[in-house]
Amino acid sequence: MNNLDKHPSDRQRFFFEHYGLTEHDLERYLSAALSAGGDYADLYFEYLSSTSLMVDESMVKSASQGISAGCGVRVVSGERTGYAYTDDLSSERILHAARTAALIASAPAKATVAGFQKAAARSLYPVTLPSVDAEISAKVELVMRADKAARAYDVRIQEVRASYGDELRNILVVGSDGTFAEDSQPLARMNVSCIAKTEGNSARGSSGGGGRVALDFFFGEKTPEYFAKESARQAILQLDAREAPAGEMEVVLGPGWPGVLLHEAVGHGLEADFNRKKTSAFAGLVGKRVASEKCTVVDNGTMPWRRGSLNVDDEGEPTQETVLIENGILKGYLSDKLSSRLMGISDTGNGRRESYEHIPMPRMTNTYMLAGQDDPGDIIRSVKRGIYAVNFGGGQVDITNGKFVFSASEAYMIEDGQITAPIKGATLIGNGPDVLTRVSMVGNDLKLDEGVGTCGKDGQAVPVGVGIPTLKIDRLTVGGTARKDPGGFMQ
Amino acid sequence: MSSTQVETGNPKVTTDLREIAQDIVRRAMAGGATAAECVVREGDEFSTLVRLGQVETLKESGSKSIGVRVFFGQRAASTYSSDFSRAGLDRMVQSALTLAKITSEDPFGGIPAAEQLGQLSGNLDLYHEDVYSLPGPDRIDYARRAEKAALDFDPRIKNSEGGSFDAATGHKVLANSHGFVGEYRRSYCSVAAVPIAQTETGAMQRDYWYSVARTLSKLDAPEKVGKIAAERTLRRLGARKAKTAQVPIIFDPMVSTSILEHIFEGVNGDSVYRGASFLAGKLGQKIAGDNVTIIDDGTIVGGFGTSPFDGEGVPTRRTVVIENGVLKSYLLNTYTAKKLKLQTTGNAARGLAGTPGIGPGNYFLQPGTKTAKEVISGVKEGLYVTEFLGQGVNLVTGDYSRGASGMWISGGEFAYPVEEITVAGNLKELFFNISEIANDLEFRGSVAAPTIRVDGLTVGGE
Repeated sequence: MNNLDKHPSDRQRFFFEHYGLTEHDLERYLSAALSAGGDYADLYFEYLSSTSLMVDESMVKSASQGISAGCGVRVVSGERTGYAYTDDLSSERILHAARTAALIASAPAKATVAGFQKAAARSLYPVTLPSVDAEISAKVELVMRADKAARAYDVRIQEVRASYGDELRNILVVGSDGTFAEDSQPLARMNVSCIAKTEGNSARGSSGGGGRVALDFFFGEKTPEYFAKESARQAILQLDAREAPAGEMEVVLGPGWPGVLLHEAVGHGLEADFNRKKTSAFAGLVGKRVASEKCTVVDNGTMPWRRGSLNVDDEGEPTQETVLIENGILKGYLSDKLSSRLMGISDTGNGRRESYEHIPMPRMTNTYMLAGQDDPGDIIRSVKRGIYAVNFGGGQVDITNGKFVFSASEAYMIEDGQITAPIKGATLIGNGPDVLTRVSMVGNDLKLDEGVGTCGKDGQAVPVGVGIPTLKIDRLTVGGTARKDPGGFMQ
Repeated sequence: MSSTQVETGNPKVTTDLREIAQDIVRRAMAGGATAAECVVREGDEFSTLVRLGQVETLKESGSKSIGVRVFFGQRAASTYSSDFSRAGLDRMVQSALTLAKITSEDPFGGIPAAEQLGQLSGNLDLYHEDVYSLPGPDRIDYARRAEKAALDFDPRIKNSEGGSFDAATGHKVLANSHGFVGEYRRSYCSVAAVPIAQTETGAMQRDYWYSVARTLSKLDAPEKVGKIAAERTLRRLGARKAKTAQVPIIFDPMVSTSILEHIFEGVNGDSVYRGASFLAGKLGQKIAGDNVTIIDDGTIVGGFGTSPFDGEGVPTRRTVVIENGVLKSYLLNTYTAKKLKLQTTGNAARGLAGTPGIGPGNYFLQPGTKTAKEVISGVKEGLYVTEFLGQGVNLVTGDYSRGASGMWISGGEFAYPVEEITVAGNLKELFFNISEIANDLEFRGSVAAPTIRVDGLTVGGE
């Protein structure tokens, strides 16, 4: 930790340079925030610039750019939180927001903060030129190339939409406990969606990826052609998909994006706020078995270039790798400052928010299961009748009763150990606290998703990552439409 | 019903925002644009959450933002900003003008023709200052009362995610280079409760209820909201899985709206012109049973989906989407109407950036005559769905598969709660299989539907 006053050159100083902010101003705002008492106050300054482009019918139909800036002031008093924000960064408006947020407390003014401590510098996404500042013509080239590649894949690909979006979020977080953190967070993403049509039949496919990367990522590592082919492949495949079965059966999840299972089934239930309030199906289960011993699940905000990664969270705390489940035993929760203080647990650096208009809360970063010992081919061969799901649309969970769903967009039947026909999108539904106890095989092929995940909680969207190795779940309910099911009955 | 008389250039109270919007349009035109459109949005919000009797969060703030869309012939681009300084606005206009040079010529692009522009006159009853009239302590009290009513209702309600009271007002101004300028304000308030019930074995269930209105005077009493929330939560206790089966399914009004939303996506001009909808090319054809009539009406006085003009400055209107099962109209904005060689239905929905999308006015399924109870009592063995989880709807193919929970119906009555099940079928068939529509239509948002019964879907469970 550096003391700011001794090392002024260490600062990134975005808000100091652009808005004439001084350290004295920050102290003044925090004092106003604590003017009615309160245990803690913080300020979150945000300056977000973004670009988006879309190609549709082989035309660049839309291009937009925008800027949004503001400051959110939070005052915490016991379990109470007061919050106010302004999109006008003048002293007058920030002070007004601070006094509004202050009203949550009703006690004598607290002593003001004495000296800020800068968070240790880290650089998980050291881009030299943020993509948002790169030449727009290069971004146009990306979406046009994606369109062309998707159409070239197969004549049956008849509708293609390719989009590109990037942003650069500059933040400054200061707290009355001396917290001082600045970060500059790039984020970029490409998406390609296709519709394949034949006479009387159509199907869609979708693919995308990105991360906290510079534009060159899409010219080297993951090209527009890569996403376009994947999207087109899915659409063509789905043309021949047959009806999915219904009922309980063995389910094999492919590596990567199907990790959304972990996100829904256990991730949300392990966010500390729900457990502090005892509203999660996982409340009180630390130290207990919640998964088979083959399962170790972590949340890791420190992976370079990843979409879910952050140098510091939105409360200024450095992110970390947190073990949630180790060999099947629940080890701990994902916490922010408030829950960490109220529950007496450590702050895992998971306090996140969508923007300056929002109150931070515990959120996931990159959540994945560590690789196991099993060969993916053996996993498939072990299944008598079940499904193999390799791509998903999205999911949802009710954290209180633990029920989660996620919707497969690419899945196949497994019959007598062989992958057979593709099946139509089916919803998988299960119970968070016990689904991982039914994991009987864990592949040696851990993969993270391509960088497309966005998680919603209480109306706040944040970018996240997920991942798993190939997994076998012994029993999960599949929601298909196929009508001949031995267990069923008709009315 | 309000008057739908159209006025253009309606000279109402001039505000700063109105002048700013017109000025931005002028500046874009002076910079060489052939057409321009500017939207300004200003809003205030207040929210409070009380949990277990204690205030947990209080939030109060306002914000303002502006967006501009410019055309150079048939090339378009848009920019937005929250910075209203002279320099900030200049930068926004300049960026849009620069950006428009890289987009493609789109023969269907452009703002609406001058003669299409206009707005409803008369008082649409969308704005009531009283949503902010409660003093701070009374707002908190609303939230507290809602939660308390739920907690006091039954000893099995042991925990809570809280009671809340929210209020918000919004002010929107739209101006374009045909000289259109319009503005309106809308207000909103709501009270909600989210109780948690627990069985003796510790299994928890959560549900919620809320009331929402444009004026405090129409908001349900917090006690009523809390009580209904408690009842909805308690009936979930002891839920089990169901057997995989094909049985009649009753959709509670809270979830029957989802069926309307799928139809909305299916008649949305954007998915229609690209053939991404299972309803594309079906205009004039029978796509649902005779009992199904669906209307979109942006003109209903006081409605949650009402506005005097749409996101492009076209007056809102009443559109019959499906009449007795026949698809009568898609829902369109200017662009998609041109693509389909039709007229806009005044359903343009504009955010700050990008091209306008398509959004509903007050969009609803015409109610039938039976009560919900009568509809339920007609089912020997079936499922009453109160909640869907997940997406699971493919609008290209109509494939439908969603997670669900609700009540099992046996002998025309609720037998026991069920969960961790799926409901699947295909929307094309589903619309023909809406065998009953109850009379309990109530607007709790811009999309509303009564209780309905659907046959032929598959319940996936054990």
